[in-house]
Parts: sequence; structure tokens; C-alpha cells
Amino acid sequence: MVDDLYQEIILDHTKHPRNCHAMADATRSAEGYNPLCGDKLKLFIKIEGDVVKDASFVGSGCAISTASASLMTESLKGKTREEALKLLEKFHELLTTDTPVSKDLGKLVVFCGVRDYPARVKCATLAWHTLKSALGEAPETVTTE
Amino acid sequence: MSTVRSEIAAGFDVQKVREDFPVLKQTIHGMPLVYLDSAATAQKPFAVIDAIRKFHEVDCANIHRGVHELSQRSTAAYEETRSKARRFLNARFTNELIFVRGTTEGINLVASSWGRHNVKAGDEIVISAMEHHSNIVPWQMLCEEKGARLRVIPMNGRGELILEEYQKLLNPRTRMVAVTHVSNALGTINPVRQIVEMAHQAGALALIDGAQAAPHMKVDVQAIDADFYAISGHKVVGPTGIGILYGKTRLLDAMPPYQGGGDMIKTVTFEKTTYADLPYKFEAGTPNIAGGIGLGAAFDYLTHLGLDQIAAYEHELLLYGTEALLEIPGLRIIGTAREKAAVLSFVIEGIHPHDIGTVLDRQGIAVRTGHHCAQPVMDWFHVPATTRASLAFYNTTAEIDALTTGLKKVKEIFS
Repeated sequence: MVDDLYQEIILDHTKHPRNCHAMADATRSAEGYNPLCGDKLKLFIKIEGDVVKDASFVGSGCAISTASASLMTESLKGKTREEALKLLEKFHELLTTDTPVSKDLGKLVVFCGVRDYPARVKCATLAWHTLKSALGEAPETVTTE
Repeated sequence: MSTVRSEIAAGFDVQKVREDFPVLKQTIHGMPLVYLDSAATAQKPFAVIDAIRKFHEVDCANIHRGVHELSQRSTAAYEETRSKARRFLNARFTNELIFVRGTTEGINLVASSWGRHNVKAGDEIVISAMEHHSNIVPWQMLCEEKGARLRVIPMNGRGELILEEYQKLLNPRTRMVAVTHVSNALGTINPVRQIVEMAHQAGALALIDGAQAAPHMKVDVQAIDADFYAISGHKVVGPTGIGILYGKTRLLDAMPPYQGGGDMIKTVTFEKTTYADLPYKFEAGTPNIAGGIGLGAAFDYLTHLGLDQIAAYEHELLLYGTEALLEIPGLRIIGTAREKAAVLSFVIEGIHPHDIGTVLDRQGIAVRTGHHCAQPVMDWFHVPATTRASLAFYNTTAEIDALTTGLKKVKEIFS
């Protein structure tokens, strides 16, 4: 049922997105765009040494992409660059494969329902694609196409 | 007028019509399919499916070259569609109908063949604010190549073109006016006859994108006096990958070929090739033969049902659907033209169209969500995307009720 996709936590983060603001003292930022649905997102991160001290985003998008950005910014704080990239990889696995859900994902497991909605995978991964760009692993503006 | 229309609509037996469309008899996620995405592609009746099947089972051969029986049969069937297209669009001559892949290719053919030989630096091409990307990008490419200028007819808040502003755009530098007959994103029916006349008075040609008009109303290219008119087979219950470009003989004759290859030539030597006459000059290579034959069956099917009957019935559906949707709090219809085809594009405050689309899909309801290949239209209305329910003559008022019930569920989840 559709409730598997729109779990309580996702709806909560859609209606009350966390870290949803621009960041004046960000050390990195990047923009993401999903041409399919017109979702746009700008991600800000503050890195000190090798650690993500803060993360935030602004943009407009669907419930899945907004909740994904919100939960991502929460889970990034305190992670090293390498840990963040590892998490990205695990998150991508969660959405696109049948592998057992990794414990490292924490709250992010609420997105497991997206697996059954292939058309929505790009919505959930937009923020993470943008993160990759902010961490210098992809061009400055990324699209999900 | 509206009473007459209602009477015609009342005589339309939609349940009988639905029997012709096998795809409609299925469940999606355990619910009966409610297909409200006909502006993207229309479903196909048995008549079309059977014609394609018969071609592959019985008549399959290449066209225009063999002397053998099968080739003659396939050639006859394929060419018969050209005659049917002439009647369907009321063109004067059969050789004015060119087979193309679809409306997009038809427009590209004109922009490329006519455009490259007739448009020069400083010239102007006029399009409108409600065009599909397929009637924007080919002209943009031409303008960039030639140093010409692309100008855009604005629209009002209802999604109607402002003809006074259009008049101001016309001048001796205007070479082409390319406008859609019916907007895919808004449903607006444009006064194309007047638009063409104004273009002609300014000494410009006019191309009409008929992709969304042909499935829903009787089209008469001579009455409209369009210089070019393009349609897609799959929107008129025919197959994908086939369409028709209509052009006036005098213009087509003067245009160079669009693509080179087999079938578009008279003689070929390494020194010189002479091109075939119309319409073959524009039809290089083996075409989508099965698609062309299927399209002929689609023309027959719609003609048999009657385009006037279809238009009247769909208008009743539009009125019913508009009223039903407006009862949903927070819902805003995008595109409220006074002359409108059965397209219901809408936004609901605080809920993204993609989420609406997913929740509806789980209830068996197929709608389109996104920018509908008309990003400038979305920008104009300051929305990133809309949800679009586009209706066809095989839809019912019960299906519109299913849509409103579905939208209530959407609101429950996201409120």
C-alpha cells in the first residue's frame, strides 16, 4: 500500500523539513535538479578539517525529495567526508537493490519503500547526488537524468 | 449550441465504445484502471491492433519496390492511409500528406527544409507562450543558426493567447508563425483560423501543431488555411512512431528534401541525384509501414465514431470534471480558457504533483505529472509542475468520480 512509501517519519519531514535554510558560512554548496519533476535543491555544508559540522538545504520538491534532503542533512552532521560517501553508497543500495537493510542507515531506512516505486527513486536520491557534488565528487550542478 | 451539443453527447454510447479498447479492462494495484493520460498517448482500439497484426501476419513486405503480391498489398494498404489522412484533415491533394514519425518530426522537417532555405539573419519567427517543447526547440535551433529572432505571443491568466499582442509582433520581417491548435498542458483551443489569417496578412506562413486537436475535433486544414499542419498517430488512437505532416503543394514543391536515401529519389548517379516528386521527396528510407497501416485504421475508427460526437461527449466530460475538481478545497485548475479541450491540469496547495500522481496510481488512476514538455507554461503560471488528467471519449463520469475520491485520499495523507 502507498503508506509503505509515505511513512510517518517521511511525512513529518515533508511537512516540517529540518535544516531548511541557506547557510552564510558554508564551506561548500551545490545545486541539484530533477528535470523529470522540476525539483530543485541547493545544498550547503560546512566542513571543518575532515568533518561535516553542519548541513542545510533550500529548494522546492515533492514529499520524497524534501524528506530525503531533510533526513540527509540531519544524518550528515558529525560524519567525516569518507563516512558521508559511504552512507551515500548504502542509501543508494537501499533504494535500488534487494540487499538486506544496513544498520548504518539509521533513520534513513524509512526510505526502503521507495524500492517498489522505481519512478520515485530519483526523487529520493536528488539530495544525495547533490551531496556528491558538494563534496567535489561530481560537477557543481547535478541532474538526476 | 450547448443544448445541441448535450443532445449529441447523450446519444454517445461510451460503454459500447469501451468494449473496443482491450487495455481498459484491467486492474492496476487491485483497482480498475482509470486511464486519464490520453494527451500523452491515446489507447488503441481492436481495429488498430488487428490492422497491425494482419499486416505482420499476412501482408508483410517492403513497400514501393517489389513487383510481388505481398509488396503490392503492403504498398496499397500504406498508401491508402495517405488518402484517409487527406480526408481526415480535409486536404486538397493526397500528395500534400507526408508520413513522418510524429508531430515533432513534422515540425523539424519544416524548420529544417523550409527554414534553412527561407530564413535569414534579422528575420523573425513567432511562436506562442503555450507551445510544447517540440514547437519551440526546432525554431530556436533555426534562429540560432541563422541569426533570426524568436518572438513569443503572450497569454492571459486563463491561458488564452492575447491576439492584440500577437498583432503587434507581426511585421515585414516575420517569416513564420508556429502555434499549437490545442495546448497539451492547458487544454486551450486557439483560434487558429484567425491566427493564420493574421500571419498571412503580414506576409508570413503559418504552421499549426495539431497533435492535441486532431483526436478531439474535426480538423479542416483548408478552412484553417494552414500552410503546414502536423499530427501524431498515437494521439489519434493509432500507433506510436507515425504521424502526418500536411503542407500546401506549392510550398512543399519548392522545399528541398529533408533527408536523403532510398525512396526519395528518381535517379541516382555519383554525379547527380534527381529527387522524387511529392510526397516521396520527403520520405527517405523504409518507413514505419505497420504504423502507417495502423494509423489508417485509427482514422477509420474515429471517423466512424464521428469527430463531432466525440467533441460533444468530451465537452460534457470536461464540464463534469471541472465542477467535480473545483469542489476539492485548495485545488486550482491551471488553464481556464473559454474554448477548451478536455484537459484538467491542476495544482493542490502544499502537495507536489509527483506525490499526487503516486497516490493516484496506487488507486489504479493514471494521470500525468510534471511540466508536460511545456516548461515555459509552468514558469508563466509560477508552478514547477501540475497534475494533468486528460480525457478521451472512452472515459466516463464514473472515472472522474474515481479521480475525485482518489484526490480526497491524497489530501488525507498529506494534510
